[in-house]
Amino acid sequence: MNDIALGLKDPAHDSQTLFRAVLDAFAHPGRIVALTHGPAGVGPLSRAATAFVLTLVDRDTPLWLSPDLDTPAVRDFVRFHTGAPLVAREADALFALLTLQRAPLIDGFAIGSDPYPDRSATLVIEVPALTGGLALTLKGPGIESEARANIAGLPASFAEEWAANRTLFPCGVDVVFTAGSELMALPRSIAVEM
Amino acid sequence: MVRFFPSVPMPSTPSSDATLPRRQRWLSVLAKAPADRLEALWRRLHATPSYTVLRRPEIGLVMLQGRISGSGAPFAAGEMTVTRAAVRLESGQMGVGYVGGRRPRQAEIVAAIDALGQLPDWQLQLEEQIVMPLEQEAEARRRSRAAKAAATKVDFFTVAREAGT
Repeated sequence: MNDIALGLKDPAHDSQTLFRAVLDAFAHPGRIVALTHGPAGVGPLSRAATAFVLTLVDRDTPLWLSPDLDTPAVRDFVRFHTGAPLVAREADALFALLTLQRAPLIDGFAIGSDPYPDRSATLVIEVPALTGGLALTLKGPGIESEARANIAGLPASFAEEWAANRTLFPCGVDVVFTAGSELMALPRSIAVEM
Repeated sequence: MVRFFPSVPMPSTPSSDATLPRRQRWLSVLAKAPADRLEALWRRLHATPSYTVLRRPEIGLVMLQGRISGSGAPFAAGEMTVTRAAVRLESGQMGVGYVGGRRPRQAEIVAAIDALGQLPDWQLQLEEQIVMPLEQEAEARRRSRAAKAAATKVDFFTVAREAGT
């Protein structure tokens, strides 16, 4: 417990700035936003994922860590700064931190129910970079005609998984991709073509 | 910003118990100490440890749980304001401070004392110059309050005797 990394310098204002940036990303799927107000990345986490956790995760949002991100440094950091319960089962989590190592990538998380579609998980997927890799074409609310995105290392099977997620609408999971200090959001309402 | 800290059970007995682990006893004494008195004792010590503030003093609410007679079903007795802080010394020790009310300064001092208390070099000095005096003063306050209350005690033995016959 003695080597907990520092959190936000100015919790009230920094988390507002970060929240605004995340909101922007969700309002404009495919847009890359920079989360530079947070501390350096903790353990295996990127700076953007760390900032996301400090901004949105709290005592009321159970968090699931994929095995490759589940280190003592991350656990202590999350417990100390957010107080969020760390859960062992994917289905119990409202937020999840994972990498592209997981296959299938977005299966097994809470998708909400028709009366409460908000009781679904938001997945933070750590990727090597938000450039390169397969080209994605995004269409849907928040995009005038279509947007383009590239995510390094994203497997081709993602398109199929995402299509299955979209058929659940209004249920389903939301995804944010993080790399370095950059973040890109992919809400459940967006159609992805590869 | 109001934060809600996890709810805690209310202590059923005043805890100035010498058998408690040192750190627990210290934090209990420091949390209940009058803010100005703690500040004065801390200043007198001239300790200026350099530390990083892990958690800036923040004010929140704690839901207190009570139990009737100390053993009944728990119920929410009410909320109390609490200030907490956490610091880390350059040598790595982490200290936490939780105090009642809105007292950011006291929470930070308590956290610093808690961190320093984990260093053997500092332990005796802190014990003798801060924790012991505060503990004795708290005990004196408790005694004087108990004495005042005892002076107003009403003895019902006459009534009891009459009822018995």
